Amino acid sequence: MQRFEAGAVIDGFELVEKLPSGGMASLWRATNPRYDFPLVLKIPFLDPGGDVSVILGFEAEELILKRLSGPYVPRFASSGSLAQVPYIAMEFVAGTGLADLVGNTPLPVDEAARIGTDIATALAALHRQKVVHLDLKPENIILAERGAVLLDFGLARHAELPDLLGAESSVPMGTAAYISPEQVLGERSDPASDLFALGCILYQLATGEEPFGRPATFAGMKRRLYHTPRLPRDINDAIPRWFEAIILRCMEVDRSRRYVEAAHVLSDLRNPDQVVVVRRKPQDEGVWAAIKKLFRKTDDRSLVGKPTLSRTQAGPSIVLAAVDLANGSDALAGEVLNETARVLASREDSWLACVTVLKTEIIGETPATDETGRSVYLKRLVALKDWAHPLHLPEDRVSYHVLEAVSPADAILNYAEHNDAGHIVVGARASSAIRRHLGSVSTKVVAQALCSVSVVRLKAVEEQGPRPL
Amino acid sequence: MRIAILSDIHANREAFDAVMEAVHERGSPDELVLLGDLVGYGPDPIYVIEKAAHLMADGALCIMGNHDEAVALNLSNMTENARFAVQWTRERIAPAHLDFLAGLPLSLQSEDRLYVHASAERSGKWPYIRDVDAAERCLSASDARFVFCGHTHIPAIYYALPGRRPTHFQPHDNVAAPLSEIRRHLVVAGAVGQPRDGNPAACFVLVDTQRHEVTMVRVPYDYEETASKIQAAGLPGWLGMRLKIGR
Repeated sequence: MQRFEAGAVIDGFELVEKLPSGGMASLWRATNPRYDFPLVLKIPFLDPGGDVSVILGFEAEELILKRLSGPYVPRFASSGSLAQVPYIAMEFVAGTGLADLVGNTPLPVDEAARIGTDIATALAALHRQKVVHLDLKPENIILAERGAVLLDFGLARHAELPDLLGAESSVPMGTAAYISPEQVLGERSDPASDLFALGCILYQLATGEEPFGRPATFAGMKRRLYHTPRLPRDINDAIPRWFEAIILRCMEVDRSRRYVEAAHVLSDLRNPDQVVVVRRKPQDEGVWAAIKKLFRKTDDRSLVGKPTLSRTQAGPSIVLAAVDLANGSDALAGEVLNETARVLASREDSWLACVTVLKTEIIGETPATDETGRSVYLKRLVALKDWAHPLHLPEDRVSYHVLEAVSPADAILNYAEHNDAGHIVVGARASSAIRRHLGSVSTKVVAQALCSVSVVRLKAVEEQGPRPL
Repeated sequence: MRIAILSDIHANREAFDAVMEAVHERGSPDELVLLGDLVGYGPDPIYVIEKAAHLMADGALCIMGNHDEAVALNLSNMTENARFAVQWTRERIAPAHLDFLAGLPLSLQSEDRLYVHASAERSGKWPYIRDVDAAERCLSASDARFVFCGHTHIPAIYYALPGRRPTHFQPHDNVAAPLSEIRRHLVVAGAVGQPRDGNPAACFVLVDTQRHEVTMVRVPYDYEETASKIQAAGLPGWLGMRLKIGR
């Protein structure tokens, strides 16, 4: 095996300092004047006759990392051919390794939630690029100034590339403490697998314990299909119910009950008051339950449910309906509701955020603080719920937000971006001179939104004028 | 180096023209390959043979497919529709066209690439590569790093590491798939003139050796026109219908 010393140069990269690393590759801080960001070189250990999985992992990481962009992954610099000196040169990301924080767990809930928010943001960006990480764990997460940065794509899967790694292996690939039940069964394509791992990480941050330990055998890993871990609040009663609910929904074995998209986890972490806390039935216990369990034939595949991809491709996960209720629920509000229903219908598990804006005149004015202001706010919230009522959505598919803002358009745009909305429905009033001059809310939303926007307008009734000759 | 590979044109003038236009829109390739089955099934054998001959005069590579062989040698060991089309074609083309088809080689090698219509294994027997076993047999019959076949009309890529079973991948339309430096590859091209993967758009293969990528490029064309020509020519109706549904 080729050994490298500090000062060695590979393809223009000068090795500076060896960093601690795992068993698959060595890591070197490196310099190269061609790149204007700090660099690290990952050089796989390729012993003749060594484990082929090292080659496969290197191939997968090289293929995927060079296709990824954005702040939540290290920037790709270049790579060396497997036929010559294989390496991947990428950005060195400064920050705190999440693994370093694990020693201090349990963390205060607000800190755990903040870290969860950062990881969910990074996962949403990753999944949007058609990549599933499949080995999410504290060792692969750096908490940097710009957010959580995900490392090590050696087990990752790109939806449009061949899965050369998965095809070669019959044993589950992942890390025993965090691997999802469907990965244990050999499935390697569902973004929801990363959300399961996120749930395990949040569990660990909030309780100080790993939910499943670190089983060394296949049978040990498979136990998570049948046995739920201890409830987080049984370990640490400082954990609020809403946070426990988020952790448990990430860790659902059955994917029809798990979160489907990172954006939804993100939204729940940011809006604790909107999280639906389900009262859990106590677990079956006693001899009779044990006997029943023994005879209940369940197929492992049916336990983990169907892959989530068919649902995520059907339509937007989070729909934001912005409705103007300043003058009560008028005809336009009714049309916005109809359009919202049509967008929601494309996907059975879509989730609706109802937003209305309470306009304040001056920045800094807070009408909610005084008695009358509070009642205005509450009245609007009641009106908003009444507006959405005909949709008959169960409470875990809808949330209500009265935003106080000077600019309704900015408030809607901020909310949509912050909660990763996939579609905005907004009404537009008929054109008028003032509106043309000042610019309408819908115009600004359309111009600046990061997602699709439906603009709803009432069909104009033509005015009776003189007939043309 | 950029290589364009067109397989299974099957006397489909509209698809052939649309694909050649798409090839040139992307800049002329360094190597152009016609991967066999110029004729059979379709209504424009003369046009396709003569265009192929022009392309060859300009440096294109062209090999023989089983339909080309059947027309040239008057063979009848095929399905009913194919047999009918072979006879129909023979009645319409000139002896010079027959000589052109008869003179095509079964395979060609260019650098580390082998071009063969059906499989590198028993190429004259025209086996289909529809699974990993057939792919493995094909790859072990050749030492080329890249083997390009057609014949099945269904795009596929098989990746092989030495001493291990190949891995099948169904490439996505118009999305580049990677070529590995440590693997051998068997690329099964989709069809220009009679796609059978459910997508009626014509398919050709684009290889970029610098970027280590291969793409199944899809090109929509006027299959209604081809189908009505098939009907007018008295060829079996199913041959027109399948162009519309891509099966």
